[in-house]
Amino acid sequence: MTETPSEKAPSLLELAAVSKFFGRTVALRDVSLRIEQGQRWAVFGRNGAGKTTLLRILATLMRPSRGEVCFGGKPLNGRESELRSRIGFLSHTTALYGDLTAEENLLFYARLHRIEKPRERIAALLRQLELEHRAREPVRDFSRGMQQRLGIARAFVHRPRILIFDEPYTGLDGPSAALLQDLIAQAGEITLILTSHDLERGLALADHAAILNQGNLVEQEEVKPDGDTRIHQAYARWVQGQR
Amino acid sequence: MLSQTWAIFRKDLRLELRTKEVLLAMLVFGLLVLVILNFAFEVTREETRRLAPGVLWIAFTFAGILGLNRSFALEKENHGLEGMLLAPLEPGYIYLGKWLSSTVFMLIAEVFLLSAFVVLFDLNVQAVLIRLLLVILLGTSGFCAVGTLLSAVSANTKMREVMLPILVFPVVVPVLIAAVESCAVLFEGGEMAEYYSGLRILIGCNLIYVTVSYLTFGYVLEE
Repeated sequence: MTETPSEKAPSLLELAAVSKFFGRTVALRDVSLRIEQGQRWAVFGRNGAGKTTLLRILATLMRPSRGEVCFGGKPLNGRESELRSRIGFLSHTTALYGDLTAEENLLFYARLHRIEKPRERIAALLRQLELEHRAREPVRDFSRGMQQRLGIARAFVHRPRILIFDEPYTGLDGPSAALLQDLIAQAGEITLILTSHDLERGLALADHAAILNQGNLVEQEEVKPDGDTRIHQAYARWVQGQR
Repeated sequence: MLSQTWAIFRKDLRLELRTKEVLLAMLVFGLLVLVILNFAFEVTREETRRLAPGVLWIAFTFAGILGLNRSFALEKENHGLEGMLLAPLEPGYIYLGKWLSSTVFMLIAEVFLLSAFVVLFDLNVQAVLIRLLLVILLGTSGFCAVGTLLSAVSANTKMREVMLPILVFPVVVPVLIAAVESCAVLFEGGEMAEYYSGLRILIGCNLIYVTVSYLTFGYVLEE
């Protein structure tokens, strides 16, 4: 039976007993998660635990097979566009066209998001991500790290208030990772949901943590600033398989 | 809606002008079909007029299938569809943008193919050119209206190059029949009432295909 969203003040995003099946494969099973505005969540789990599926459902790229997704306390159905205008999504794929230049790629997405003065915004982003000298070159000529950075620019071009990042540090070298953290810091009060294989790196950005295991949400905790050992223990148990 | 649809169309146009992948493939394949059929039929002028509409639309549709295959294959390769789905727009706008670009590319190829057709089959279409172009426009847009939707369906299958024609051709039969018969009236000098009847069918098919495709496109893209 589907749980109804909580009766408290409406959360920003809420998953209520969400399950997702791909044929016989259960990617998520009865996951309930409440994300308040301004919270920063790090989601951990082994490969195949359901982290990417969870993020794609939150980003409206997938519908759940069962359960309900709520935005602002109301069911999401029919309001996906409203949510998408607020989301910046970053995954393993950069969604960039190799035969377009960096500038053309960002301009395309800026136009889809109907942002004002797109060229100024794009110039500022490229400068911030140290790509302004390659702005007029086709993306297929970029290194993997540079494409990742441009993917970050794409995710930020419309000034999102909800950041959903699937292992954002993959493919980023140290300086690029620092640029990403700068962008997140400059975004002000945003809501962040990210997945990471690196516990410490994930916790450094988060005030809440969740752990998925075989599609089940087995742990969700507030991260305490004093080096929360409970999360570490849960991570060791569910992700590293230590007893 | 218009600005987002237009942005998708412009992106496709810019990519195609840069790579010319789709146009070249359609042109080469279409020309090949025309040349082979030209050699295959050693016919009198009367028989040429009778066979011409079918020959023309065989070349158009075979070339068009190649173009449609590339339309969503390109998005799949670049994961561009994911980027578009993350934007605040209805999936139907993506369909409209892709339909527009497929139609325009196919029309550009058809201009060249029509010129080659006229030369190879020694037909004078000057007197009926405007009416012929109208049929080609409506036939092409109807073909692409269905083809764009089904290209998105087949893009996720393993055998998409085979799957797309299998899916498209049965559905576009009304468009092809109407287009061929309207062209037959023009080439053979038949009753104009039949020509206008064909146009009405083409307009009706366009309206139905575009509306249904626009409304159902979101379901096609769902994971």
